[in-house]
Amino acid sequence: MGVEGIGASVVRKEDKRFITGKGRYVDDIKLPGMTYAHFIRSPHAHAKVKGIDSSAALKIPGVVAVLTGKEIVDDKVGNLICGWAITSKDGSPMKMGAWPAMAPETVRFVGQAVAVVIAETKNLARDAAEAVVVNYEELPAVADVTSAIKAGAPQLHPEAPGNQVYDWVIGDEAATSAAFAKAANVVKLDLTNNRLAPNPMEPRSAIADYDTAEEHYTLYTTSQNPHVARLVLSAFYNIAPEHKLRVIAPDVGGGFGSKIYIYPEEMVALWASKKTGRPVKWTGDRTEAFLTDAHGRDHVTHAEMAFDASNKIVGLKVKTYANFGAYMSLFSSAVPTYLYATLLSGQYVIPAIHAEVIGVYTNTTPVDAYRGAGRPEASYLLERMMETAARQLKVDPAALRKANFITQFPYQTPVIMAYDVGDFNASLDAAMKAIDYAGFAGRKAQAKAAGKLRGIGVSCYIEACGIAPSKAVGSLGAGVGLWESAEVRVNPVGTIEILTGSHSHGQGHETTFCQLVAERLGVPISQVSIVHGDTDKVQFGMGTYGSRSAAVGLTAILKAMEKMEAKAKKIAAHALEASEADIVIENGEFKVTGTDKAIALPMVALAAYTAHNLPDGMEPGLKESAFYDPTNFTFPAGAYICELEVDPGTGKTSFVNFVAADDFGRLINPMIVEGQVHGGLAQGIGQALLEHAVYDSNAQPITASFMDYTMPRADDLPSFKLSHTTTLCPGNPLGIKGCGEAGAIGASAAVINAITDAIGKNNLEMPATPDRVWRTIHSA
Amino acid sequence: MYQTTYHRASSVDEAASLFGKGSEAKYLSGGQTLLPVMKQRLASPSDVIDLAKIKELIGVEAAGDTLTIKAATPHYDVATSAAAKQAIPALAYLASLIGDPAVRYRGTIGGSLANNDPAADYPAATLALGATIKTNKRTIGADDYFKGLFTTALEDGEIITAVSFPVPAKAGYAKFPHPASRFALTGVFVAKTKSGDVRVAVTGASQSGVMRVAALENALKANWSASAVDSVSIPSSGLLSDLHGSSDYRANLIKVMAGRAVTAAG
Ligand SMILES: Cc1cc2nc3c(=O)[nH]c(=O)nc-3n(C[C@H](O)[C@H](O)[C@H](O)COP(=O)(O)OP(=O)(O)OC[C@H]3O[C@@H](n4cnc5c(N)ncnc54)[C@H](O)[C@@H]3O)c2cc1C
Repeated sequence: MGVEGIGASVVRKEDKRFITGKGRYVDDIKLPGMTYAHFIRSPHAHAKVKGIDSSAALKIPGVVAVLTGKEIVDDKVGNLICGWAITSKDGSPMKMGAWPAMAPETVRFVGQAVAVVIAETKNLARDAAEAVVVNYEELPAVADVTSAIKAGAPQLHPEAPGNQVYDWVIGDEAATSAAFAKAANVVKLDLTNNRLAPNPMEPRSAIADYDTAEEHYTLYTTSQNPHVARLVLSAFYNIAPEHKLRVIAPDVGGGFGSKIYIYPEEMVALWASKKTGRPVKWTGDRTEAFLTDAHGRDHVTHAEMAFDASNKIVGLKVKTYANFGAYMSLFSSAVPTYLYATLLSGQYVIPAIHAEVIGVYTNTTPVDAYRGAGRPEASYLLERMMETAARQLKVDPAALRKANFITQFPYQTPVIMAYDVGDFNASLDAAMKAIDYAGFAGRKAQAKAAGKLRGIGVSCYIEACGIAPSKAVGSLGAGVGLWESAEVRVNPVGTIEILTGSHSHGQGHETTFCQLVAERLGVPISQVSIVHGDTDKVQFGMGTYGSRSAAVGLTAILKAMEKMEAKAKKIAAHALEASEADIVIENGEFKVTGTDKAIALPMVALAAYTAHNLPDGMEPGLKESAFYDPTNFTFPAGAYICELEVDPGTGKTSFVNFVAADDFGRLINPMIVEGQVHGGLAQGIGQALLEHAVYDSNAQPITASFMDYTMPRADDLPSFKLSHTTTLCPGNPLGIKGCGEAGAIGASAAVINAITDAIGKNNLEMPATPDRVWRTIHSA
Repeated sequence: MYQTTYHRASSVDEAASLFGKGSEAKYLSGGQTLLPVMKQRLASPSDVIDLAKIKELIGVEAAGDTLTIKAATPHYDVATSAAAKQAIPALAYLASLIGDPAVRYRGTIGGSLANNDPAADYPAATLALGATIKTNKRTIGADDYFKGLFTTALEDGEIITAVSFPVPAKAGYAKFPHPASRFALTGVFVAKTKSGDVRVAVTGASQSGVMRVAALENALKANWSASAVDSVSIPSSGLLSDLHGSSDYRANLIKVMAGRAVTAAG
């Protein structure tokens, strides 16, 4: 590794712009003649829209238009789609109600838009919105899955009787029942996985600009995947064909999944820009983010695990109700099925697994993938189950895990996934050593003397990243391929531009992707730039989510680099009158091995573009592209251990220590990886202790601001102790597994296991607020 | 935010006269409550009269047995004031717990007491210490000042100019922060006056705002020690109950925080 190559903690190139306020986010962009949109949103969780009177608003000077749900439907703008088809156990396709970009007749969650005001200023649009009178007829509403599936519950969509979207199963039911019949012990657990609001720092924003003469749209949007946005907007929403629609996702301030999807506001902005002949900008505020950004999680689960007499797991049964909210968001259907139930084997040999997942509509904000997406729910279930089992079977929780770890690879689970490689004992051993697991009993006794309840909790997670290959996901219902593309352009002066279909919204691609080039060519990263986020610049890409950018996106870059290097070597060999096979690349030079003959990269590049003296038949130029489709998922895994104290008087939790031992395969930039783990742990701990998107029984949201929704803050978190145990991923040439979601996947169970250990009671739901913990301590 | 007219007053009298001229005027101090509410369009004052730059409204002074904090003094100044730390350390400590640094640099004691948020910190100290609220018209004793949620004895247009705290023999504050807002989910201020009286005020817990708790006062008068609160029973009726704290949890917190406040007071 060079100073800036693979494995070096290079300082992030993009940070200069971000920390000096020079980033260019969508809301920073101002176009000539731009107008501002303000949405009129339903205050009711469920209601009929009886009429919209915009006459007074239209009289306000500076108001350009008031457009309604009826008009967008009349103009045949398509309904929002769900991109992954799930089949129920009875063979029927999933049952979905229509989701128009603005509600023409019925609103089904608080915050759903019924109309939009377009005006010369943002403030005017807001003023005018107050002058629009919407007449609603309220309908009964339902917010939680348990109530929604009851007979007589308010019904959301006629297409989905009983509010049921699907009833899906995976695994071998008969084999699982047989395993339970023979079991020595069965451990049962009821769990709720709390609903979360993603809250990226930058709220969503969109600017649509329609060019009447060219019949061409430009959309600036806060997207994690601009090409997918363009594909969906043109193929399903009738906005424009792809060559008449340019989507730009410039600097984007965090996504965590919530910016994968195409939202109604972007569609409305595009449509309104054509209707008004003016650019239209919309930037959401924090309340709109709480009400309309896709939420995460929200499962209610019953699980049972069967053990034989020697404490080996023999079977697992899971039944989960997943709350989808009022509409099926873009990837929502896949989250509690293929991203959740396929991970239910965890790090363990479980010969028989059967899971049933029932997807349910409720009058709440739509739910979709949020950092981890299904995998945190699976990991939380298994790791609470292992802890509960250890307590019930009266064995050490770490020992019970070790006795059941998968140790032979590759390993085929009973739920689709085939793990390629891993060493679960290594990561658990590393974490136990880091936290001095053996010395815990002594520390607990000391804490007790000081009036504190001390607990320790283990969580051994595995996840599946870089979701792939395209053929496999296609056979499971995915509407898209999950490869990535890249292009390497060597300019005539030898500087390099990497065009990637991955999108950086906090991940640091502008640094890590350059490090691969530095590693291979020995040039400084300052000579390399990363181009992403613009459909006019990058031909196609699947974007960034599911920890896929390094494992898939960077591998695509590697493939393109290899092609470029092969051509450059030919040019160098020709110039040096040497054999191509003798050319090696070092420190930015093409050298003939064993000699002092060399030609620098800029000279090779110049030769490629002057084309004065190229090998016979070679095309000029030095530019190559590649599409890379992985052969399997990657499987990051690790062990987290949390030690904490509970104040019995208040139920407040304080961290003593939190250690993480992750196996991410090869690390490109350890510092950036560390940052990713810190952020993930913060979100996992946030879910365990703090965060909860709550609705009252009438489906009114009661946590739509930071006064009520507890975002994790720095002082809520411990100082993490991170380490790595590495097995290289055999599925890609760089050996990378991915690190973006691990913290959020593994942390929550470690925290709850530690609290339940401290208080000596197992029934505790997330978030473990002081009130809840205190109540549990004092419960019978 | 709706259109409004901003005025910067240079004296209390000028502020009061500007207030009289506006159709729906509002005083602005630190703006930490008023401005967010205006941004959300929940308040639409015709005129905003800024008190925060009036010199006579800024400063912390100790004289004899009284500590006076002028109304537009930001929380940060109180938290770091040598005079406050010397005279009533519990009060400086309380100010250091309000919000975050940005809030403490702007938010003021006058704004906090005028607003009388049921979860604000200053009302607990003001009531427990038996402070006097000085206005441009009169002086109001703490026991007569707080009238329930967001309600005070202030008349329309009346300006708080200062708050005078009698220096106690002992005082302590213990705050259990609301996990999200970090206001007080329950905060308890205990004070033992120089004449031996004990006053306990609780914020964040009651449906009717800051309150004194006679049972705690009696127990502590009999025995000034953290363990004295153990035998007190706090009913949960009349207490707030919400996502972050049920009424019985708050009742528990009142006792636990009272004990910790006494320990802190020494
Ligand atoms: C993020 C955040 C966190 C916070 N956390 C806490 C906390 O933990 N604890 C806590 O106690 N508080 C907290 N606050 C409130 C803050 O500390 C201020 O005390 C409060 O906002 C009011 O003070 P202000 O000076 O900002 O008043 P302003 O917002 O300027 O005014 C508030 C009201 O008082 C009136 N007013 C102001 N000054 C006077 C005066 N001299 N005479 C008469 N009327 C007047 C105004 O007209 C207005 O109606 C928090 C605020 C924020 C934004």
